[in-house]
Amino acid sequence: MTLGLSLGIVVGYLLFALAVGLVAYRVSETTAEDYYLASRSIGTVVLLFTTFATLLSAFTFFGGPNLAFAAGPEWLIVMGTLDGVLFAVLWYVIGYKQWLIGDRNGYVTLGEMLGDRFGSVGLRALVAGVSLLWLFPYVMLQQMGAGEALVGLTDGVVPYWGGAALVTAFMILYVVLAGMRGVAWTDTVQGLFMLSVVWIAAVWVVSAVGGAGAATGAMLDARPDFGSFGGGIYTPGFIISTAITIAFGVTMFPQINQRFFVANSGETLKRSFVLWPVLVLLLFLPAFMLGAWAVGMPVDVPEGANVLPVVLNEYTPAWFAALVVAGAMAAMMSSSDSMLLSGSSYFTRDVYRPVINADASERREAWVARIGVAVFALLAFVASLFRPGTLIEVGDTAFSGFALLALPVLCALYWDRTTRTGMIAGVLVPQIAYLAVVLSAVVGDVPTLPRTVAGGWDVALGLMVLSALLTVSVSLVTARTADSDASRFAVTGD
Amino acid sequence: MSRSRRDIAWIPTFAVLVAFAVPWPLWGVDLTVAGLPVWIWWHVAWLGLCTVLFSLFVRSGAWERGMGRRPESGAGSALGGDRR
Repeated sequence: MTLGLSLGIVVGYLLFALAVGLVAYRVSETTAEDYYLASRSIGTVVLLFTTFATLLSAFTFFGGPNLAFAAGPEWLIVMGTLDGVLFAVLWYVIGYKQWLIGDRNGYVTLGEMLGDRFGSVGLRALVAGVSLLWLFPYVMLQQMGAGEALVGLTDGVVPYWGGAALVTAFMILYVVLAGMRGVAWTDTVQGLFMLSVVWIAAVWVVSAVGGAGAATGAMLDARPDFGSFGGGIYTPGFIISTAITIAFGVTMFPQINQRFFVANSGETLKRSFVLWPVLVLLLFLPAFMLGAWAVGMPVDVPEGANVLPVVLNEYTPAWFAALVVAGAMAAMMSSSDSMLLSGSSYFTRDVYRPVINADASERREAWVARIGVAVFALLAFVASLFRPGTLIEVGDTAFSGFALLALPVLCALYWDRTTRTGMIAGVLVPQIAYLAVVLSAVVGDVPTLPRTVAGGWDVALGLMVLSALLTVSVSLVTARTADSDASRFAVTGD
Repeated sequence: MSRSRRDIAWIPTFAVLVAFAVPWPLWGVDLTVAGLPVWIWWHVAWLGLCTVLFSLFVRSGAWERGMGRRPESGAGSALGGDRR
């Protein structure tokens, strides 16, 4: 009975989200600019929540509480710093600048912007290719999160692959049917929904265990080390390199980066920027504290399950736990939709059209985009069945891969002397090095290269420095190509 | 000129805001205040401070000037009469 109810709520909510997307689709035009950017007409609330909901993925929602449960509430500090403060600053430095440039020249993707500035189809395709590569583990992460969420909610009656398959099916259906406008609207609904529901959950659970003081007390009885700041995996090296790689990585995520082009005015970006730290904190505080407090609660978290659904099952009615899981799954779905949608625009605009088939009709391009999304999501689903790491590990790999793009892009945005060769060297070399590190852990026959050195410092941070050094030094020794045009990135004067 | 020179102060301000969002001075402290570890309160207060300062940054017009643009008038910015 309760099992049927739980599943009914989950599937019902997913259908509801799909319906919102379809309504939005009905009001949209059928141009590419509307499909991918909702005609650059997104206002403050929608922009804020669509960016927010995109971050609101399995990584934050399940991975975060899991890590707080295993290692302590310091994860709140790491995520709050990187998302609430560092990302906000980058929102201005990278995001606003990109918005100004995109508004003048009508760009839709990062690769398009860079390709036009440097007069290079190769660079355009390279940036798109790198982005698609790291998008793969992140889409996979959502499927893993959904699979684990349903295992936790139904005590294993729904197998892991079942949840992952369910969210994959909805993802494909959704992207194929809606577009950016649809995604933006469901993101807003879901952002608001998740924010409210996570607070209700926290208040419910905390009052059931006798208040925040009692919850913290029980947590400290079980794990005295959770009370002091730092210790365990939380070394300064870990905190700094995680915060930097993820925050820079987030700005280069296709779905976030494309948000920098969609605002209807500069005012929208400003307001979002101001509200960002508080909004981030409002979500992370209850979610991660619930994870940390769970160590002091008499709950049994099975191997491979997520903490949050287990805690909710224990302290809240079944319908409410199901609603939270449904909301989280829907949020993951909309994150994935944004990713797949942006990924498909990267593929069709930056790879397919310029490199493979320049004469493709719009109709053909639209089909390529949709088939591409379906194939990509299905491959990620298959990969998710192997569960190659924890949610945090898989997410961190993707974030770091994207982070390696950020400093070359910053150079291009602010330094006129940047050359095409400098960009290609700065993007390509660190990517190859990082890919070697990641793949060495997956391929059995080669020695595994270390991911962190000297007490938690991430090698990706070193590779970020390398990407900046290469971009600058190679730019200094090479000449600007005839096709490049620094004035494309000028934002002053008219 | 003095206005844009004052704008430079935002760079170290942002650097400090990012750096101390992590409560480094409380490293190893295990005091609990009002139901939560004290360093979590530091972080909560710090993010509140960020929103206040971010809004100041935007309202002062430094947001546009930082990109070499003129703030649009009427956007609640306290421009004063010294622009000309």
